[in-house]
Amino acid sequence: MVESDLSIFLLALLAGAIRVGTPFLFVSLGECLTEKGGRINLGLEGILVTGAMTGYAVSYLSGSPWLGVLAAGGAGLCLGLVHGVICSLPRVNDIAFGIALILFGTGLAFFLGKDFIQPSAPMLPSIPLGGWSDDTRVRSALNVNVLFFIGVALALVLHWGLRGTRWGLVLRLVGDHEDSAQALGYRPAGVRIVATGVGGFLAGVGGAYLSLYYPGSWNEGLSSGQGLMAVALVIFARWQPINCLWAALLFGAAGAVGPALQAIGIGWGYYLFNAIPYVLTLAVMVITCRPDRTLSGAPGELSLNR
Amino acid sequence: MLKPWLGRAGVLLLPALPTLCALVTTAVLFIAFLLIQGRPAWQAGPLVFEGAFGSLFAWENTLMRAAPLMLTALCVALPARAGLIIIGGEGALVLGGLAAAVTPLWLPALPAWPMLIAMGVASMLAGGLWIGLSGWLRQKRGVNETIGSLLLSYIGLAIFRHLVEGPLRDPNSLNKPSTPPLDSSYQIGVISDSFYVHWGLVAGIVACVLAWVLVRYSVIGFALRVVGGNPRTPRMLGLPVDRLVLLTCVLGGGAAGLAGMFEVSAVQGSANTALISGYGTAGILVAFAARHNPLAIIACAILLGGLEASGGLLQRRLGLPDATTLILQGMLFINLLAWETLTRRTGDWRLWLRGHWIAAPRAGLEEKGETSHG
Repeated sequence: MVESDLSIFLLALLAGAIRVGTPFLFVSLGECLTEKGGRINLGLEGILVTGAMTGYAVSYLSGSPWLGVLAAGGAGLCLGLVHGVICSLPRVNDIAFGIALILFGTGLAFFLGKDFIQPSAPMLPSIPLGGWSDDTRVRSALNVNVLFFIGVALALVLHWGLRGTRWGLVLRLVGDHEDSAQALGYRPAGVRIVATGVGGFLAGVGGAYLSLYYPGSWNEGLSSGQGLMAVALVIFARWQPINCLWAALLFGAAGAVGPALQAIGIGWGYYLFNAIPYVLTLAVMVITCRPDRTLSGAPGELSLNR
Repeated sequence: MLKPWLGRAGVLLLPALPTLCALVTTAVLFIAFLLIQGRPAWQAGPLVFEGAFGSLFAWENTLMRAAPLMLTALCVALPARAGLIIIGGEGALVLGGLAAAVTPLWLPALPAWPMLIAMGVASMLAGGLWIGLSGWLRQKRGVNETIGSLLLSYIGLAIFRHLVEGPLRDPNSLNKPSTPPLDSSYQIGVISDSFYVHWGLVAGIVACVLAWVLVRYSVIGFALRVVGGNPRTPRMLGLPVDRLVLLTCVLGGGAAGLAGMFEVSAVQGSANTALISGYGTAGILVAFAARHNPLAIIACAILLGGLEASGGLLQRRLGLPDATTLILQGMLFINLLAWETLTRRTGDWRLWLRGHWIAAPRAGLEEKGETSHG
C-alpha cells in the first residue's frame, strides 16, 4: 500500500511537472528574451492573466482553441509593446512600470472577462503518450499537451538563435553594453521594444495554456503569481533558454506537490504545500545571488543588477 | 504686467505638471475605454466623484478605505527613500492583522488600553519582521528586494490562510473561517457617531506626519537621501547603509502591519480572509503617485480611497463590473510613471520661464538644488 502510494505520488509529481511547468516555460522564455535585451518586465504577470482571458474568450467565440492561443499571444504582444515603448522614454523605471502593468492587465482581464466565467470553451488537445499502459492513471498522467512540445522546441530554437544568429547577437550586445551597440549603429531602444513585445507574446500564450488546458477554465483566481516567479526562474536559469526548460519543470513539480499529496489522501497543510514554489524560488535566489558580484551570464544593462 | 505673474504661477505649477498630465490622460483614456464598449462613459465620471466625495456617507466610506492605504503606502515609500522598491505590503498587512487577533488569546486579560497597545506592537513586529526580512535578504544576500518581498508576501498569505483555516480557526466560524472574535472591549470604535470613521484614520495621518518629519528633518532622513541617491557615496562617507535600509524596511513593514491591526480590531472583529483585499497592492500605487513623499501620501490615499469607494456606485447604477476601479487604478499608475519622463525637462522649462517671463536679473543664480540631472 505504502509503495503504491509512493508511486502514485511520484507519478502525479512527474505529470504535474509537465502540466504545471508549461506556463512557467513560456513565461520564462519570454522574460529571458526581454532580459537579454537589458530590460526587466514584471508586468508579465498581468500579461499572463490578460492572455488567459483573451485565449478563453476567443476560443469560446470562435470555437477554435488555436485561434484563442494566437489571440492570447496577440494581446500579450500589445501589452509587451506598451511596456517596451514607454520604458524607452527617459526616466521611466521599468520595474515600477511592470508593477503598473500587473495592475492594468489584471483589471483589463477581470473587466472584459466577466461574461466568460460561466460558459465552457473548447480546450486545447493533448497527445496520449501512455497508450502502452493498462493503468488509467498512467495514461492520464502521460497525456501531454501540444503546447509543451512547442515550448520545448522554442527553448531549443531560442538557445540556438541567441548564439548563432545575427539577431540574437544584436540582442545580447544591446543587453550587455548599450554604448557599444550604439557605436555599431544599432538602435538599442528599438531592439528592446521588439524583445519586450515578443516576450509579451510568449507570456500571453502561457496564459492561454492556463485557461485552455490546465486548470482549464477562466476565473479571477487563475494565476497565482506564475508571471512573477518566472522572473526569479530566469535568474535561476542564468539567462539560458535551455536552463529555463529544466527550471520550469522543477517549478512545475514544486507546484504539483500539493495536489499530488491530495491525490494520496493527505489533506493537511494544503495552503502550505501550495506555497512550496514561492519558498523554492526564494531559496534559489538566496543560494544563487550574492551582494558583492553580479551573476555570471547576467546581461550587463539589466537594472536588476545595479 | 501679466507676464511675470503667469511666469511665477508656471514655476510653482511645474513640479505638479507630470501628475496633472497623468490625471488628464487617465480620464481621457478611461472615457475612451468605456465609449469603445458602448458603456455610459459620460455618467461614469460624475458618478466616481459622487461615490467618493458626494455626501457625508461617501466621505466616511472614502476615509475608511484611505486609512489602511496611508499605512500600506508608507510600506513602499519609506524603503523607496533608501532606493528599494518593496511591493510585499499585502503579506505584512495580513500577518500584522493575525498577530493582533491572537494577542488577546495568548495574553492574560488586560484592560482595554494596554491590550490595544500590545496588539498594535504585535502587529507592527509581525509586519516589520516580514518586510525587514526582504531588506535583510537584499543587503546581505543580494536578493532583489522587489521579487523577494513579493515572494515573502505570497508565503505570508499562505501561512495566514493555513493558520486561519487550521490551527487558529474558531470552531464556531462555519461559513467564513476566522480566528475567535475579539472581545468587544478590545475593538476600536469610530471617531464620533456623526463622523463614522474608525481611529485608524488618525493613526494613518499621524504615521504619515511622523514619517515626513523623519525623512525631512532628521539626520536619518538626510542619510537616507544619500543612500537612495547613489550606491557608492554613502559607503565612502562611512554611513551604515545596511542598518539604514533595514530601518526603513522595518518601519514600513510595521506601518503595514498596523494597518492589519486596525482592519481586524476596527472593521472585521477577527482575522479572516476578508483581510486579503488588495490594500497592500493599492498602497504601492498611492506611494508612487505621492512620489514617496509621506505628506502627499495622505492626499493620494484619500483620492484612491475615493476611487475604490465609488466602485459600488458604478456597479449599482451603471452595471459596470467591480473590476472597473481596478482598471482605472492601472491606467492611473501607468500614466503617472509614463509622464515621469517630463521631469527631465521641467528644470529647463523653469529656467526658461524665469529668464523670459519673470525676467529677474539674477534668475540663473537662484537655482539651488533644483537643477535637473539630464
